[in-house]
Amino acid sequence: MQAKKEVRLMQGNEACAEGAIAAGVRFFAGYPITPSNEIANIMSQRLPQVGGKFIQMEDEIGSLAAAIGASLTGLKVMDATSGPGFSLKMENLGLACMAEVPLVLVNIQRVGPSIGMATSPAQGDVLQTRYGSHGDYALIALSPSSVQEMFDLTIKSVDLSERFRVPVILLADQVVGHMREKVELPPYEEVKTSYRPEPTMPPEEYHPYRGDERGVPPMAKFGTPYHWYANTSSHNEDSFQATSDYAISRKLIERLTNKIERNKREITEVRGELLDDAEIVVVAYGCTARPARGAVLKAREEGIKAGFLRPIVLWPVPEEEIRKAADTARAIIVPEMNMGQYVHPVREACYRGKAKVFSLPKVGGEPFSSGEILQKIREVEDGA
Amino acid sequence: MPKEASLSQLVNKYFYTHQFPTMWCPGCGNGTAAMAMVRAIDRLGLDFDKVIHVAGIGCACVAHWYTSFTALQTAHGRALAGATGIKLANPELTVVVTLGDGDCAAIGGNHLIHACRRNIDLTALVYNNFNYGMTGGQVGPTTPLEAITSTSPYGNLDPPFDLCKLAEAAGATYVARGVVYYVRELISLIERGIKHKGFSFIDILTPCPTVFGRRNKLGTPGQMFKAQQQSTVSVKKAQEMSPEALKGKWLRGVIVEKEAPEFTEEYEKLIAQVQKRSD
Repeated sequence: MQAKKEVRLMQGNEACAEGAIAAGVRFFAGYPITPSNEIANIMSQRLPQVGGKFIQMEDEIGSLAAAIGASLTGLKVMDATSGPGFSLKMENLGLACMAEVPLVLVNIQRVGPSIGMATSPAQGDVLQTRYGSHGDYALIALSPSSVQEMFDLTIKSVDLSERFRVPVILLADQVVGHMREKVELPPYEEVKTSYRPEPTMPPEEYHPYRGDERGVPPMAKFGTPYHWYANTSSHNEDSFQATSDYAISRKLIERLTNKIERNKREITEVRGELLDDAEIVVVAYGCTARPARGAVLKAREEGIKAGFLRPIVLWPVPEEEIRKAADTARAIIVPEMNMGQYVHPVREACYRGKAKVFSLPKVGGEPFSSGEILQKIREVEDGA
Repeated sequence: MPKEASLSQLVNKYFYTHQFPTMWCPGCGNGTAAMAMVRAIDRLGLDFDKVIHVAGIGCACVAHWYTSFTALQTAHGRALAGATGIKLANPELTVVVTLGDGDCAAIGGNHLIHACRRNIDLTALVYNNFNYGMTGGQVGPTTPLEAITSTSPYGNLDPPFDLCKLAEAAGATYVARGVVYYVRELISLIERGIKHKGFSFIDILTPCPTVFGRRNKLGTPGQMFKAQQQSTVSVKKAQEMSPEALKGKWLRGVIVEKEAPEFTEEYEKLIAQVQKRSD
């Protein structure tokens, strides 16, 4: 274990794996896929060193299923994937939302659709992350922009997943996963993450799916006197079936969604810069946030009143923060490495504001340059 | 030998009776199979809190709606993968997995062969009723040739799996077949399977009179249960029979029982070695 503060040159995926170890993740199930492989490789080496378990399962579906099983016994768990693997995770992602199983799923986004380009970055899974599994549910997704954040946000993902009994997606991309940067590692014993709320009442009074005031039910470890049923069918507070009870089913879906949406204040994290007098705000995340910030700084040098807003938590959407920007700015630009995905919730968040929302899509695998984003800022400045 | 628990004692201890009646059709063998599992667990005197029941989706996989073991219902086909995570994370737990034939050998076939290969200490109970009962009786990977189902209305063209041969070939270290007609034998097969260190696979033949029997004119539920006398032969008796006489008969009893390193034990050893090295 990392005993004292240290500065190291690390790769993003390596920082993610170390963040998981620091956060107390003690079970990893995975399946090989580029460009996320280094995470599994490192976890297979690191976990036994700290008394944890690693398993490479027979497929992507099985690895998330195994992680869910391990989480139910009380361990903090993680799985990592990319592209086609992420599509295969959708079944068990929805299942983990329904059964309320804490876990962290890392997605190192690559170019799609289908097999696409395994070693080139994209941000094409942003909507799939939120809506990819069938039915209605809510989850949390974080978007790291640096290797340091691959470490820090992995820890935050573990913390949030445990606090809300919900899967958290660390939605990274091939740039952030594969680049190398300086990382400050704290002593690991100073890294504090939450642990899921546990039942304190006697077993006979335990209601495994009765939420607390935030909507989060206490979670008993499998193998204790608290017998319960991690139920993936519609269920009541005692986890019995609600095969045709619409009222119970509705209450459940509302709680699963509200425990995230109504606790947004506890979850949301954004970075804003130069927003006070900004007339043109660039909203960007992940690897695109880096050239976007550069473009904003250059625009300022040219005398354009540009500002920068970076949602670190993508889902739930930081609507308040986006709305605030839209009330004061006259234009919002959303550059992203897809055909325009996060621009939709951004547009929705500021539909009442005066700002006009511009999508700046880029696909094919080549990251944005700050020049491309600056060009768009100039066009908007001139055109408006 | 201590006296066995009565049926009502078993029911009151291990079942949520307020969830009765079960959703199984009259004449279905699944209740008999579930009761055999509970009887086997009770006989073994296992810590009730440490037995975890995992199930996929299908007619078989509602047994855990009624039993009061701590349970996980996975997605269709994923029960063995979920159970693998539970067992590896906490090897102290006894993990019993209830599967259907389609659940286990079609959509979950990949997880099945790899659980066998890995020799992880799980007990898989497959309620094999030769079709997808819950969805209305579709053809499945164990449906006999020519059988009529809701998706093979002209007769089944797909040759079926012999699940025990599949499990054996994939490396399971305990493979057995039981039938609900011979329930005492079934209980002891399950008991032996749970006791076995390593992956235990038990194929349980169980009649589905409502959607399979009716379409194939297999008679009343009673006749379907009784037919298991004729359609099966014990492993011991089979040794004295000619290949011609064995044709079309299912082997019943313990088919494979051997020792091999068990996955979670090996992993604990690996942790000890790695930690010693890094000291």
